[in-house]
Amino acid sequence: MAFASKSPWVIHYDGSSCNGCDIEVLATLCPGFDGERFGVINTGNPKHADIFLVTGSINEQNIEVVRQIYDQMVEPKVVVACGICACTGGIFHDCYNVLGGVDKAIPVDVYAPGCAVRPEALIDAIVKGIAVLDEKSAALEKKKKEGVA
Amino acid sequence: MTLLYTLIGCIVFAIVAPLVGCLIAGVDRIISARMQGRVGPPLLQPYYDVRKLLAKENVSVNSVENTYIVCALVFTIVAGGIFFSGGNLLMCVFVITLASMFFIIAAYSARSPYAEVGANRETLQVMSYEPMVLFMAVGFYLGAQTFDINGLFTLDVPIIANTWLIFIGLLFVLTIKLRKSPFDLSMSHHAHQEIVRGVTTEMSGPTLARVEIMHWCENVLFLGWVGMFFVWGNPLSILLALAVIAVVYFLEIWIDNNFARMKWQFMLKSAWIVALVAGGVNIAFLVFL
Ligand code: SF4
Repeated sequence: MAFASKSPWVIHYDGSSCNGCDIEVLATLCPGFDGERFGVINTGNPKHADIFLVTGSINEQNIEVVRQIYDQMVEPKVVVACGICACTGGIFHDCYNVLGGVDKAIPVDVYAPGCAVRPEALIDAIVKGIAVLDEKSAALEKKKKEGVA
Repeated sequence: MTLLYTLIGCIVFAIVAPLVGCLIAGVDRIISARMQGRVGPPLLQPYYDVRKLLAKENVSVNSVENTYIVCALVFTIVAGGIFFSGGNLLMCVFVITLASMFFIIAAYSARSPYAEVGANRETLQVMSYEPMVLFMAVGFYLGAQTFDINGLFTLDVPIIANTWLIFIGLLFVLTIKLRKSPFDLSMSHHAHQEIVRGVTTEMSGPTLARVEIMHWCENVLFLGWVGMFFVWGNPLSILLALAVIAVVYFLEIWIDNNFARMKWQFMLKSAWIVALVAGGVNIAFLVFL
């Protein structure tokens, strides 16, 4: 039994987003969509988070920051790329300092395209992320058991 | 005999308080959500959260942090056991303070600047509410002529009759103790007004789960303190106490949702002024009149 699925806590990091996607990420937690129905809580602390929402593309400056946040998160963890910028670099893909999507820095589990990404799409992506989270926690559980045996 | 009662009290509290505290936390989150025009999480959400945290990988920065947290949890349960088995209120106050000390040391032990900010603020919170809590214990003694909670059941009138000013003072510091806005300086339930995550910044996975459980137990104990003002010889008075607890907790949720966090200066000053005025005046009346 995987326990992660009922309480996905998210952390949000703004890469080089135009802020369009950031507003949508926060809107997802607003009364109209109410992410807390699924137990989603917005934490500011990577050590408490299960799902990493990244908006905006990866550039020379933020790549280390994104990696560090990812490293600080506790297993099992899932990364969701929010918006087309985070998926591929989007409209900024050929800027001089832009490296591309989030997958240039860390492994991405779910891609949520859109410019800006709609809250509905984000909720779908988080729910998909929850499924991945379940798989990962089952794998972790197995590893723990084997480690003991 | 007292020791045996306390021991039984601790065991019962260790089982019942997390259950009750978890349900209270769930109701709290639903009511908060409704106040904000949201549907809110399921009732058992706090339980789901803790279950998940326990299943997470253990990545404590050091092994001593977890030891302190376990101590804090154990002493919280002992304090609850002392209180609900009818033991000494003063002892209960001291033991729960010891638990907060362990919690603060745990945050300091991580040597993280953010956890340290949280620990500093937690210390300020303890400084703010402790005078009022001690006044409460003194007021209790003057009202009931004993420090034993058992003594309440021999009274003809509840102690609230003589100590309502102290009760109001206790309600004021209760906001700090329950970690509600505007005084949730060290650890807020709302990410948007937090410096990383306050005292719990470096606590993750199973350690954080223990902090949550401790918080549930604390809440049950503090609500017990609220209820004890309304208990006297009549067994039905316990129902009255429960009703008062429900009203007080609803009020706390309402305050939590309507106020933004204050600065620590305001918290310290206002809590001490309230303690001196409410506690001091009430005790002066009880002693001299
Ligand atoms: S996907 Fe569109 S809205 Fe989102 S960050 Fe990129 S440009 Fe802005």
